[in-house]
Amino acid sequence: MVTIENLHKKFGKHQVLSGLNLTITEGGIFAVLGPNGSGKTTLIKSILGMVIPNKGNISVLGEDVKKNPDYRHKIDYLPQIANFPSNLKVKELIKMIKDLRKYTNEDERLIKLFKLEPFLDKKLGNLSGGTKQKVNLVLTFMFDSPLIILDEPTTGLDPISLIRLKDLIQTEKAKGKTILITSHIMGFVEEVSDEIVFLLEGKIYFKGTISKLKTQTNQPDFEHAIASILTDNHA
Amino acid sequence: MKHLTVFFIAILMAGNAIAQTIEVCTSCPISTLKSAIEKAKDFDTILVKKGNYKEHGIIVNKPLTIVGKNYPVIDGQSKGEIITITADNVTVDGLFIINVGTSYTEDYAAIRVKNSKNFTIQNLVLEKLFFGIYIEKSRDGKVFHNKIIGDAVEEYNSGNGIQLWHSKNVEIEHNFVQHVRDGIYLEFSTFCTIKNNVSSLNIRYGLHFMFSNDDTYQDNTFENNGAGVAVMFSKRIKMYNNIFKENWGTASYGMLLKEINDAEIIGNIFEDNTIGINIEGSNRITYKHNDFKNNGWAIKVRGACYTNHFFENNFLYNSFDIAYNSKVNDNVFNRNYWSNYTGYDLDKNGVGDVPYRPVKLFSYIVNRTPETIILLRSMFIDIIDFSEKVSPVFTPDNLLDKNPLTKQITW
Amino acid sequence: MLKILKYSFFDLMRSRWSYVYFAFYLLLGIVLLFLNNDLSKAVITLMNVIIVLVPLIGTIFGVMYYYNSKEFTELLLAQPLKRSSIFLGQYLGVALSLSMSLILGLGIPFVFYGLFKSNAIWDFSLLLITGTFLTLIFTALAFNIALSNENKIKGFGYAILLWLLLAIIYDGAFLMTLIMFEDYPLDKLSLVGTMLNPIDLSRTLILLKLDISALLGYTGAVFKEFFGTNFGLIISFIMLTVWVILPVLRIVFKSKKKDF
Repeated sequence: MVTIENLHKKFGKHQVLSGLNLTITEGGIFAVLGPNGSGKTTLIKSILGMVIPNKGNISVLGEDVKKNPDYRHKIDYLPQIANFPSNLKVKELIKMIKDLRKYTNEDERLIKLFKLEPFLDKKLGNLSGGTKQKVNLVLTFMFDSPLIILDEPTTGLDPISLIRLKDLIQTEKAKGKTILITSHIMGFVEEVSDEIVFLLEGKIYFKGTISKLKTQTNQPDFEHAIASILTDNHA
Repeated sequence: MKHLTVFFIAILMAGNAIAQTIEVCTSCPISTLKSAIEKAKDFDTILVKKGNYKEHGIIVNKPLTIVGKNYPVIDGQSKGEIITITADNVTVDGLFIINVGTSYTEDYAAIRVKNSKNFTIQNLVLEKLFFGIYIEKSRDGKVFHNKIIGDAVEEYNSGNGIQLWHSKNVEIEHNFVQHVRDGIYLEFSTFCTIKNNVSSLNIRYGLHFMFSNDDTYQDNTFENNGAGVAVMFSKRIKMYNNIFKENWGTASYGMLLKEINDAEIIGNIFEDNTIGINIEGSNRITYKHNDFKNNGWAIKVRGACYTNHFFENNFLYNSFDIAYNSKVNDNVFNRNYWSNYTGYDLDKNGVGDVPYRPVKLFSYIVNRTPETIILLRSMFIDIIDFSEKVSPVFTPDNLLDKNPLTKQITW
Repeated sequence: MLKILKYSFFDLMRSRWSYVYFAFYLLLGIVLLFLNNDLSKAVITLMNVIIVLVPLIGTIFGVMYYYNSKEFTELLLAQPLKRSSIFLGQYLGVALSLSMSLILGLGIPFVFYGLFKSNAIWDFSLLLITGTFLTLIFTALAFNIALSNENKIKGFGYAILLWLLLAIIYDGAFLMTLIMFEDYPLDKLSLVGTMLNPIDLSRTLILLKLDISALLGYTGAVFKEFFGTNFGLIISFIMLTVWVILPVLRIVFKSKKKDF
């Protein structure tokens, strides 16, 4: 699905990714974890072609990301901070994204799911953070793409919406899609992900299932397992 | 004595009574103008019919009226002067005169009036000429409704359209002069009137005065000449209601005044000239009700000009209103309208409450380094002009219009 | 690209600032015409305003738009779109909406005043064309500044500095140079100096219309060739176009290399 070879990225003097190799197979939910500044967002943005690597190759579904932006038709991406042109109405934004990508009527179902009907005629600048995130989710899930990338999907969501999001992720997984998630909420990660990828100092420190992580670190639960990695490495 | 006068009048009247008309045509018994003049008696009329007459050196030495019918062509074949008038009371009317000879030693003219009185030169068309109409030591004549089209290229080998030399009281009206050196040129000629002429596309000047006093020119149009009008070393010239237009080029101007005293310049329009009026050493001149519009410099004063009055003129959209190269000013600007004026009129009396300074610092800079003209209207220039306006350093302190009008003047 | 252009354009057309800009020009046009009652004078005043204000507004607005729409840009970047289309689309969106405000804002009062019956129409059209060129150039320069500076404050600082430099400081230095070397033939130098600054270039274009009489007073042959024939007009337009193309190319180039 996604193959990354020897990925290097530097921002100024700051080396963020140094020789990262990662293969993500088709189907399942992968969580990308790591401490702040470990390069999670950089990794995701590299896959999306928003960050240009200094070195290395990335291919998505067999296509080199540098060559043609069309591979992004196969990716649904939920950006971290949902900030949209404030003059646009919700309805118009959805229409616009559809216009830019392709036609779908999946949005109606999602709007109902997240109870966004009353906001459709409001301008995006006047929405609360949580509502914006819901709009963001609608925009992401309305296209039926084989790869879904979610950057901090839980930000600002109320408990009910969070449950709906989880359901949504599971349905998509059931369709055989590959889902890439970053999150700081360990409970959420533990609940939804099949496999985790742990980044540390620009490299993959661990890749595998949560139970494998637990055994490897000798910790009874997930959060402690993560904490132990961090303390071991920074001690 | 009395008898003699009566006798003389009687002869004159008799002469008039028996005046004959002599016809000239190419197939007539009299087929040349020359032979017709030879055969004619005083006060006869010679009627020249349509045709082509290859003649030059025609001398009109008796009072005759020579009239062309349907513009007969007198072709000088570039051999010299074509018609010379040496008698009084001669009228030449309706001829098409071409191919005057060019010489570097003699000023050949299409038609020359020499030591004569009461002449009338009218309705002529002159082409391929050296000098056109040359009035020499003559007086009380009329040059009316002629069309002079030259083909002058260089100043040194071309002549003037209408030239007056040591003449007096000549009326030059409704003529149309193009492509010669000077359209109309007056030297040592006094009390002449130049009216309703159009002088354009001439190499040097549309109209040129030298040492000529008490002349008037009015209602003329001078367009696209090397320079419009040059008035030099003359006194008491009246210049009314003329139009000076599109005299473009280096050192080109609508009007040049050099050593001119006591003139009146009233009601003229100066439009689209590089310099509207260029003034040198001219005193006691009244400028009134003139329009200066879209000129590079409306007025350029180059030293030694005293007691001139600029009163109720319109200065409209000129790149520079006044350029001045001295720090002393003795000229008065009053009640003019300046389109560049930015002051206010709080008491609404039509006069701006702040004086206007027509000389800009930038005009000094351009005078010094001409290439800087390319920075005209740039914001930086506006800033330095503004600072000069607030506290004048380079421009004469008293060079200002204390009563700038807030509305364009009409008269 | 056209889709992005469309959305950026409509987004801006609905923004408060476009209205402010539009209203400013509308007011300026009305005040100049109906309080002054003199079309030629109005055109001259407008020229001064356009030469100074259009670049300023173009730069500030361009930088502002870029920073304000950063998240939107990121949203677009994740879509299957080419980077150059995204940035060119946004650039054209800003530049065209600004040009529209300018043309309509000034055009409407002038049309009502009876422009079509006046012979100032050519001067006025030239003014609008020049204004549009300046908008295109300075918005592109603004995008360049913003693309190269992540820091908003710094970006704004550079934008204002750029404007100051090209609108005032450049001419000051230019004038000093000309005066310092006045003993040498300067006409080529002064023309080249003009070509290198888009504000001077536009000013020259307008001078060609308004001050041709004064310009022809200068002796230099190169000047004469430049101002006396259509040569100057053609060269100026070519240079203005080059001034649009170069920064736009840099937008394309820079945006390809940039990380978001």
